[in-house]
Amino acid sequence: MSTIMDGLSLGAIYALIALGYTMVYGIAKMLNFAHGDIIMVGAYAILTTLELTGNPYIAIAVSIVICTVSGIVIERLAYKPLRGASPLAVLITAIGVSFLLQAIAQLIYGSKSQSISLPDFGKVVIGKYAINVSTIITLVVGGLIMAGLTLFVKKTNTGRAMQAVSEDRGAALLMGVNVNRIIMITFAIGSALAAFASLFYLMQIPSITPTLGSMPGIKAFTAAVIGGIGSIPGAMLGGVLLGLIEKICLSIPAISPYTTAIEFSLLIIILLVKPIGLLGKQIREKV
Amino acid sequence: MSNFISNVKKQFKFKHIATWVIVAAVAVVLVIMSESGLLNRSTIGLLSRIAYSIILAVSLNLVVGFLGELSLGHAGFMCLGAYIGTFVASLLRESIDNKLLVLILAMLVGGLVAAFFGFIIGLPALRLKGDYLAIVTLAFGEIVRNIFKNLEIFGGAMGYNSKTYNQKDLFVIAFVVVIIVLILTQNLIRSKHGRAITAIRDNEIAAKAMGINVTFYKLFVFVVAAFFAGIAGVIYGHFTTPVLYTTFSYNYSIEILVMVVLGGMGSINGSIIAATLITVINFVLQSKLSGGLAAIRLLVYALILIFVVIFNNAPALKPIKERFSIHNLKEKRIAKKKGTIVDDAAEWNRIETKVKMDSILTPDLPHNENVTPDKEDKSPKEVK
Repeated sequence: MSTIMDGLSLGAIYALIALGYTMVYGIAKMLNFAHGDIIMVGAYAILTTLELTGNPYIAIAVSIVICTVSGIVIERLAYKPLRGASPLAVLITAIGVSFLLQAIAQLIYGSKSQSISLPDFGKVVIGKYAINVSTIITLVVGGLIMAGLTLFVKKTNTGRAMQAVSEDRGAALLMGVNVNRIIMITFAIGSALAAFASLFYLMQIPSITPTLGSMPGIKAFTAAVIGGIGSIPGAMLGGVLLGLIEKICLSIPAISPYTTAIEFSLLIIILLVKPIGLLGKQIREKV
Repeated sequence: MSNFISNVKKQFKFKHIATWVIVAAVAVVLVIMSESGLLNRSTIGLLSRIAYSIILAVSLNLVVGFLGELSLGHAGFMCLGAYIGTFVASLLRESIDNKLLVLILAMLVGGLVAAFFGFIIGLPALRLKGDYLAIVTLAFGEIVRNIFKNLEIFGGAMGYNSKTYNQKDLFVIAFVVVIIVLILTQNLIRSKHGRAITAIRDNEIAAKAMGINVTFYKLFVFVVAAFFAGIAGVIYGHFTTPVLYTTFSYNYSIEILVMVVLGGMGSINGSIIAATLITVINFVLQSKLSGGLAAIRLLVYALILIFVVIFNNAPALKPIKERFSIHNLKEKRIAKKKGTIVDDAAEWNRIETKVKMDSILTPDLPHNENVTPDKEDKSPKEVK
């Protein structure tokens, strides 16, 4: 039971990160490798503001702002000049940005891990199981954010414009959609989600290193691919599935050392059997 | 047969063999220097490192530069080669006395095992494109590391205690391998098969339409690159002890990618120079920078990746680059001497084969306010 709860809350974190990947991929048609490192930026932002002010709520707000701004800046400086270039070039630049963020963090904060003390919410006892309140908060807030995002994409004008751009960029441009603005908004939303993910991540594991974001980032991308990249419900489903699988594997002693291998093998198998993912849409290649 | 020989004679040009001849000449000079005691121990170690870095960079360039697929798991193949190769070497040493023969056999086995896994990783490459493939190769690298970390016969988390080879001999062998790899890759690229591979990179659908077996060539490149990376791994395993899984992390794969990108994707000579340069920089900085400053190295890599790629690929920078490119200046000067007029706008010697839909559809096209909608627009972009 506690394993499943842990798995669900880890899954919610993965889902939040995966949403950022999947939205950017759907709209800008690029794999934003630096997305995982935005989580790290958010974590350090929380750490620094917490040290300066001592108020966790201000820290969270600041972290969201910093993540959003850095997402927009990265998009403007690194990815926008390459719009229209080959996907390989964009991908390599994204890897470069990811490295750049890690290097800057290392220069400022050093490579040692720093611990952070977020307020402890304690545990609640339901039946015979004791469950961390932070787990419940992660689940509830994560669920709310995802529901809000789905509404946003479905109901608002900006959301519809996003769908249009992801379907056919050229046609959307002809219909008067400001594609550059939409891509910027997508990056901003994705990065803000990453800030929430970093908060929830720190609630589970309260230590920060400059490479904090890379592993969750890669795993969240795995989740996005499992669910079908470009699809928002797919990212949620994939994230929760992957979180559950990871925690269940870790709870069985015989296979726990091979957890990473199992997760990534799952990715390769899914891509081989169903390359579009569980909920993805088939895209025909145009000549 | 005589036809073949005359063909060989006709096509024999010095510039085709220049690369490996120069590398061989440098290697011979280095051997003489080391024999006469001019090189100290650490320099000889550095030479082995340069050798396997060159093999890694050249083999990754085959995948990234010539096939046009991104592989982020190159260190994984190297890891396989290093572990399996040194393990096989320790087994063979009991029955074979000749150390050189053991090393060569170990290289073959390590390379073949890596090639086998290259085949397995190449399989998804047939169904997946770009980003997906990059993530699969990345996942592969992590899986390999994770498994070797937990296998007790390979020393588990402590790493495998391999037996190092005599440093003075190892770098000579390593350079011989480098030269063989260079000859093989250069001949491959200039052959019919190499042209097929670059055709797939430029336009897969067109290549398929021309009757190129895309499946075969994609697998083939992956297998060859993995084989070379495996050999590089075996050299590494005989150079350092213990062979530790943490070395072959994602960051190392990126480091190899930096070499390829810096040297120029699709340029073997560039890969050689960049691999040498980066290995030397690493070697120098490793002793100079410690602790927090080690991040500067990371920072430099990141900036190299970003700036080189943006400079080479940004659509907005294209006109500037063409105006100042050395190649164009040279052609113009030759043309001036001959008295022919060079038309900057037209490129008659190069015919665009691929309609770049992306560049037409890109939202960043300059908005031309003078063009009224009812007037027929006959700008060259539309005609293309």
